[in-house]
Amino acid sequence: MQTDPDIVVIGGGNAALCAAITAAEAGARVTILEAAPKPYRGGNSRHTRNFRCMHDGPLGPLIESYTEDEYFDDLMKVTGGKTDEFLARMVIRTSEECLPWMEAHGVRFQPSLSGTLSLARTNAFFLGGGKSLVNAYYRTADGLGVTANYEAPVTHLEMEDDRVVRVDYTSNGESKSLTPKAVIVASGGFQADTDWLARAWGPAARNFLIRGTPYNRGVVLSDLLDQGIEQVGDPTQCHAVAIDGRAPKFDGGIVTRLDCVPFSIVVNKNAERFYDEGEDVWPKRYAIWGRLVAAQPDQVGYAIIDSKAIDLFMPSVFPPIKADTLEELANKMGLPADRLSKTVSEFNSACGDVSRFHATELDGVATSGLTPAKTNWARPIDQPPYYGYSLRTGVTFTYLGLKVDERAQCAAGNRAISNLWAAGETMAGSILGQGYLAGFGMTIGTVFGRIAGKEAAAYAG
Amino acid sequence: MQAELINEARRQAEICNACRYCEGYCSVFPSLHAHRTFSDGDITQLANLCHNCRGCYYACQYTTPHEFNLNLPNALAEVRLDSWKALAWPRGFGALFDRSGMVIGAGLVVTFALLFALAQALRPESGAGFYAYMSHGLMVAIFTPAFLLPLAAIGVSLRHYWKMVGGGPLAISDVWAACKSAGRMKNLDGGHGDGCNFEDEDRFSQARRHFHQATLYGFLLCFAATSAGTIMHYLFGMEAPYGLFSLPKLLGVPGGILLCLGTAGLAWLKTKADRHLGAPEVWGGEMAFVLLLFAVSATGLALYAATGTAAVAWLLPIHLATVLTFFLLTPYSKMAHGFFRMAAVAKDAQELRLRGG
Repeated sequence: MQTDPDIVVIGGGNAALCAAITAAEAGARVTILEAAPKPYRGGNSRHTRNFRCMHDGPLGPLIESYTEDEYFDDLMKVTGGKTDEFLARMVIRTSEECLPWMEAHGVRFQPSLSGTLSLARTNAFFLGGGKSLVNAYYRTADGLGVTANYEAPVTHLEMEDDRVVRVDYTSNGESKSLTPKAVIVASGGFQADTDWLARAWGPAARNFLIRGTPYNRGVVLSDLLDQGIEQVGDPTQCHAVAIDGRAPKFDGGIVTRLDCVPFSIVVNKNAERFYDEGEDVWPKRYAIWGRLVAAQPDQVGYAIIDSKAIDLFMPSVFPPIKADTLEELANKMGLPADRLSKTVSEFNSACGDVSRFHATELDGVATSGLTPAKTNWARPIDQPPYYGYSLRTGVTFTYLGLKVDERAQCAAGNRAISNLWAAGETMAGSILGQGYLAGFGMTIGTVFGRIAGKEAAAYAG
Repeated sequence: MQAELINEARRQAEICNACRYCEGYCSVFPSLHAHRTFSDGDITQLANLCHNCRGCYYACQYTTPHEFNLNLPNALAEVRLDSWKALAWPRGFGALFDRSGMVIGAGLVVTFALLFALAQALRPESGAGFYAYMSHGLMVAIFTPAFLLPLAAIGVSLRHYWKMVGGGPLAISDVWAACKSAGRMKNLDGGHGDGCNFEDEDRFSQARRHFHQATLYGFLLCFAATSAGTIMHYLFGMEAPYGLFSLPKLLGVPGGILLCLGTAGLAWLKTKADRHLGAPEVWGGEMAFVLLLFAVSATGLALYAATGTAAVAWLLPIHLATVLTFFLLTPYSKMAHGFFRMAAVAKDAQELRLRGG
């Protein structure tokens, strides 16, 4: 008969692995229960690519320095102030010691990728991306004697008073249980449960695509919230961006992003424009376009460009729809051809002097007398062939989560749950109230994963 | 070349180009990311630049069962093999790649029979060492064309390759860059220096890189030993056999040992690695080639050890048969990879130079 582990870690992504490794290094016997099969292990960490890291002078792949205050300011800008300053600053300060820890546990970094030079100072890129990080951590955990169970989704945590007494899960179709001394929840948000998303956001959410893992269904999150565990974050909100409309329903990841919007006009299915495509550079706008497209009929948009623009943005995974005339393009994309021609010709005649056009900065090349205006990069769409991409809303993560304190511990009311900790996306709402800062999710996961692992091991030992 | 193999590699390259997570692993990705579209020549160049280190496969979030079904090392291995077949000269000889194992086996039997018969029929009246069994003149008559003709064939293939991938005039620096890259097996170091993935899924190790280095340097030492012997024979009238402290032996014995160890190691690793990340249909042929190289070095060492014994009578034709088979099949076996790889790495150096990278 198998003896129960000291600690059960629920989930198998970055935060879970950081927790498992830290706990195992402190001497605890750790079992990971990962819902996904082995090829899909790692949750959304599989799709990540970097780690935002404070540093006082060059560190690993990072150049110059990135101070706590600058980091915090960047965070405040994207969250509009919806940030727990105490926890956020703790995460930021701890990030610096995480990078060498990650390297010591097998993670390898590479210089900022082509097309991402703007992040070379702030974000350390994983060589090979998030799946290689996950692979390295599983190898390290395995070397420390951590047991990893795949296809082992947790169904219920049995609580008694202020502690978890049993973890129920299924494996090979059988119901099983473990009775560990401590439990760490690191199983992400609920975005892959379309029904829940539709209840929270509205029926339109059924047309959203999920950029990451299909296994983040929020089962453990909902089980704990139902039992009165303290929650945090807006339950109705998710982080959503505009992605290629042809992306798969789940797990499309990075390659489905579409960077052509600033150089295009975007129309809805009635071939009408609905927002300023040139409001700002794309990295600062892709998130609002997720919501803009979500508000259009059938939650779909269409970006139209001409041959002048085709080489101005990173290639997408799907080739654009191509046509020699706008009518042909409209037909191929299922748009009303006469309406599209009218929209384009109105746009073209509102364009002015384009001699100052500059693809990589706000060039002020704007339309005049058009509603909605296009305030940068507004050049007529008149040089065939024409190209079109469809756009849909792609959900990255949800904000609702478990509220934790600085020791990653969960609570019910104002009472701490004595043997329950949470790390990663499932508690990120404690810090990130809205918006998103590239690479910050991995930072939260690493910092809180390590804290949770340390605290749980101290409790269990 | 086969359009469906190129098209599949192109489909995968376009997905990679939208992701770029693997940029730091090897030379393939910076080259790939410099393109927006991929001509058949571009894909062929990327295929020959790929060293099959497999880092990108194990790091990829889009491998099966994901619907994108990426397996870039396999797709490039298939195109690479197909390009060698299509570029083989004379035309039609490319088909030998598909039957490498059988061809190597048959080659050994035929060349052994031939050499043994010749050695018996034309046994010299006198001669020292192995020249007592086969005259220097006979060896030269057989091995000079057997060495030069395949090299000429490879030369023709490489010219066609260069044209196909759009190579321009080579600078000395391009060739030097290719030599440095091959000399260090830079493309098998994983970008982080931990080595490549091969024998144990996503674990990085230096095993394959080091065994390949031993094979490469062992081979070069053996080649240098033969060259030294040739020069000593013709320029200085110093004929074999040579003592242990002569140049041919000082180069050849360590070379033979390295080649033995390297090829044995590569063959062992090959049995552990996942065949589906290469070109699985030629796994056997590739293995036969590695074992042939092992046989070249092992029989060479055995021949030296047997100096002065009667075993030389049969060890000599065996060793010469392995060498002859190896030479003759150079353009139509796995050995071709060395030449195409050098061309691809030089082409890559040229591209980098022209991009100002």
